[in-house]
Amino acid sequence: MPSFLLGRGISLVLSLIAASVVIFLVLEVVPGDPAQFMLGLNATPEAVATLRQTLGLDGPLLERYFSWIFGLLRGDFGISYTYKVPVAGLIADRIWISLPLALYALALSTLIAFPVGIIAAVKRNSPADVTIMGATQIGVAVPNFWFAMLLVLLFAVTLRWFSAGGFPGWHDPLMALKALTLPAVALALPQASILARVMRSSLLDTLGEDYIRSARAKGLSQGQTLWRHALRNALIPVLTIIGLQFSFLLAGAIIIENVFFLPGLGRLVFQGITSRDLIVVKSVVMLLVFAVILVTFLVDVTYALVDPRLRRAVR
Amino acid sequence: MRKSLVVLALAGALALTTAMTPAFAQARTDVKIGLVLEPPSLDPTAEAAAAVDEVVYSNVFEGLTKFAADGSIVPGLAKSWDISADGLTYTFHLVEGAKFHDGTDFNADDVKFSLDRINAEGSLNAQKALYTSIASVEVVDPATVKVTLKQPDGNLIYNLAWGDAVIVAPESADNNKTNPIGTGPFTFKDRVEGDHITLEKNQSYWGTPAKLEGATFRFIADPTAAFAALQAGDVDSFPNYPAPETVAQFQNDPRFRVVIGSTEGETILAMNNGKPPLDNVKVREAIAHAIDRQAIIDGAMFGFGTPIGTFMSPANPDYVDLTAQSNYDPEKSKALLAEAGIKDLTLSLKLPPVEGYARRGGEIIANQLAAVGIKTETTNLEWAQWLSEVFTDKNYDLTIISHTEPNDIGIFARPEYYFQYHNADFDKIIADLSVTSDPAKRSELLKAAEKNLADNYAVGFLFELAKVGVENAKLQGMWANAPTQATDITAVSWAE
Repeated sequence: MPSFLLGRGISLVLSLIAASVVIFLVLEVVPGDPAQFMLGLNATPEAVATLRQTLGLDGPLLERYFSWIFGLLRGDFGISYTYKVPVAGLIADRIWISLPLALYALALSTLIAFPVGIIAAVKRNSPADVTIMGATQIGVAVPNFWFAMLLVLLFAVTLRWFSAGGFPGWHDPLMALKALTLPAVALALPQASILARVMRSSLLDTLGEDYIRSARAKGLSQGQTLWRHALRNALIPVLTIIGLQFSFLLAGAIIIENVFFLPGLGRLVFQGITSRDLIVVKSVVMLLVFAVILVTFLVDVTYALVDPRLRRAVR
Repeated sequence: MRKSLVVLALAGALALTTAMTPAFAQARTDVKIGLVLEPPSLDPTAEAAAAVDEVVYSNVFEGLTKFAADGSIVPGLAKSWDISADGLTYTFHLVEGAKFHDGTDFNADDVKFSLDRINAEGSLNAQKALYTSIASVEVVDPATVKVTLKQPDGNLIYNLAWGDAVIVAPESADNNKTNPIGTGPFTFKDRVEGDHITLEKNQSYWGTPAKLEGATFRFIADPTAAFAALQAGDVDSFPNYPAPETVAQFQNDPRFRVVIGSTEGETILAMNNGKPPLDNVKVREAIAHAIDRQAIIDGAMFGFGTPIGTFMSPANPDYVDLTAQSNYDPEKSKALLAEAGIKDLTLSLKLPPVEGYARRGGEIIANQLAAVGIKTETTNLEWAQWLSEVFTDKNYDLTIISHTEPNDIGIFARPEYYFQYHNADFDKIIADLSVTSDPAKRSELLKAAEKNLADNYAVGFLFELAKVGVENAKLQGMWANAPTQATDITAVSWAE
């Protein structure tokens, strides 16, 4: 196990270094001058030049790369060009929306997908299975933003049970959770559909294995076999999907954040790109890459916990 | 049994969350305003973005003069002023008893500090060019300031009303970006970046106090989300409603009021006068006659907009209607192209990221130009790309853009401006205008400038942007027009 962890750890660090170089270079070649953007159509060229200097956009490439990386390591993410406040503070504020939203959506999707997937597998080819497969097919096909709009039209515009969007802050946790509910549902249902389908097919595969027949033969009930043998073995592909889904939910909720005008990390990156607030873009993207790589790492470790054979395989 | 338990739990959760929604109070004293763009920082003297003024102008910060709802310039922190006979000395008499929000007194020193700061070396003021005529600012006594000019400047009183010239205090100026301290009827309370900004009533305001106790500005960029936010009551007013396609729904709903007003946004098909064949006036005239303005207004703006024939808002008293000079006449357009000896013309059309006038308008214009035999290559750009490719590098033939600054006809005289309209007669008119303060003479010069642009088909003049405001029918006192980009809520209140 330790050498397994070491190997995974090294590949984690190397991926991070490679990602930082790519992110930095891509943003270097993006067209558009942040200073000109901020000062607008009527600015004098001198004012633009002064601002470029103030923003530290004039130094040599390597120097700027390393000052960024060492800043990140010290927790200093720099000052946002547009908001004029520390980037670390902006990220800290928004992670309190994006992270709970991702976890909320993930919890919903898992809570829905597990029972639904198991029922479909166990009652294979029954009307329940056919209905579930049909419903999840629709769930996979419907884009989450369109579904989000339908939710808004029904629950906010017509019934007025929920706000159409926005986020009131965590000082009232119930209101905050309420504000995240529609976005979380919109994010969760398509994910749940995918997860339920994976759960079903993975469980069907294991249910056909010889050891399941042996378990039944030694006298375990169907429920016991399912719980003790089949489910645990069917979990590996499901865990992979959950890991991928978490990364997607954390970084990929941009469109949902726009529909519900939630100030999350995705929208921060989006606004940063359009307003050429490159320092924000760089740091947030790096952070998201870090989160994704970390989640992948954790999923790998979980595999090893679920299936001891994988620990040996890496050696 | 289990199923019904689940249903019960769900119903309970829903009932709980619905019960948490506060009951509608009788007389409301707050307002929630939806804005499309979020201000970057909050200092109007250091940002070009109109979004800054849309939150703080007149509400938090005040200048010596200010824009009134009808576009006229009225006294602000200067209650009156005298202008010397030679037009070189302006003496401002300041209001007394005004205080900044941090409790410090407002006086002549703050005025000198603020005006000197605009022209200081290293100043990042986005409209610095408007105040270059100021030679010196002198404190006569705590309530009197004398401004001496290098040459007469007929626009000074007008330009001092811009958000870029608001009065700030030396103690707080450096922190205004995140904690704006002004003299206005509202104070800054808090901000959640990306979501909202809250203002509170200034209880010790020097002038007529605000009727509201507070206001929240929420930032909603997505047109569909804007529609839902109004419908769900999350915002009470959208002064610049971004989804014209759904306006009819609000017009038919008694809970809402739709207010169509004027803006200072001249929307144009800009042409690169410095690049062949667009340096040929015949080609520019041909393009002008190929354009059917009403079709663009109907197709791209859902009917909201007023055709213009020159670079001036129809709401301006000096506006001259010159639309007939560039009327829609495809046959004339083809004839002019033939006369200029132009065949197989392909022009680049670079569009900024504005869904309405630029992207939808761009498609219509491309079709109209194709009908007279001009091909276009359309490129969709982001703002930062547009600024560098079109505005700074002038690497374009055509672009569609709305110039939203008030009274900005003078940009055609700027030597390095992206139109590259180098016209000696026009430059002379603008030079004369800047040193003329007599209203009658100014009007004459402005009209001459308008005519010059129309005669030379400097650009394709399309239409004046309309201000489409959607608000709660009980809300009173929002500006109907937008003489400057501001959301002045100092007179806003709720009907019973």
